Amino acid sequence: MKIHIPTPLRQYAGKQPTVDVRATTVREALAQLTTQHPDLKRHLYTDDGKLRAFVNVYLNDEDIRYLDGKENAAVKESDNLSIIPSIAGGH
Amino acid sequence: MLSFSQAYYDEIRKHGEETYPHECCGVLLGQFSDDGRIVEATVRCGNTRTDSLQNRYHIAPQELVRVQRQAREKGLEIIGFYHSHPDHPAQPSSTDLAEAHWIGCSYVITSVQQGKAVLTKSFELAGTEEDDKHFEEEQVRGGETNFTEAIAMNILKKTADG
Repeated sequence: MKIHIPTPLRQYAGKQPTVDVRATTVREALAQLTTQHPDLKRHLYTDDGKLRAFVNVYLNDEDIRYLDGKENAAVKESDNLSIIPSIAGGH
Repeated sequence: MLSFSQAYYDEIRKHGEETYPHECCGVLLGQFSDDGRIVEATVRCGNTRTDSLQNRYHIAPQELVRVQRQAREKGLEIIGFYHSHPDHPAQPSSTDLAEAHWIGCSYVITSVQQGKAVLTKSFELAGTEEDDKHFEEEQVRGGETNFTEAIAMNILKKTADG
């Protein structure tokens, strides 16, 4: 399956827009991503191993936080995982 | 530096006028170049902060996933974002910085006073990570001639790089 890397994090992923992994769950896919590109880990996770609050991960069009089983949700080879840091602000 | 065609520049300012007194928000698509970013499309997004539309904005991540997919299909990248400050200066606030996470991208702010877009500025989110991120004001280059030149220079550079 493909993991889409947002522009600010590509420098930690070999400058690639996508990374291919073979996985059966979201957790496994993310683990493979950070194994292939260890520098990504501290940008995605807090020191205690939780996804940073501003990092959104979508399996196709679904937020993984709301999937059945969350990070243990099953994935297929044809699925796309997108990492999307949040966009917000205001005066 | 952020290069715009006049049409895209006008479009994001118009968006801010249309949503006044609420904040507008959207995504800038285009290319990264040696000296900054070139805007080749803008995408209007909905502001999900319905509790505080006059001074907060938030783009739904699922909308960003869709925008990113559309960008990919067109061979473009997400290079930045824009929003408006109704009756407030075109300067990033502490909230803007705290909630900005796309390092290396442009954050464009348009000050809309009494419904009229008066000033548009762009700030690159500089730094290497959350702890040292900061905004640096960048030059905004507009107009058709400059924009066409920026695109041509970038194509030449990419060709030369092989």
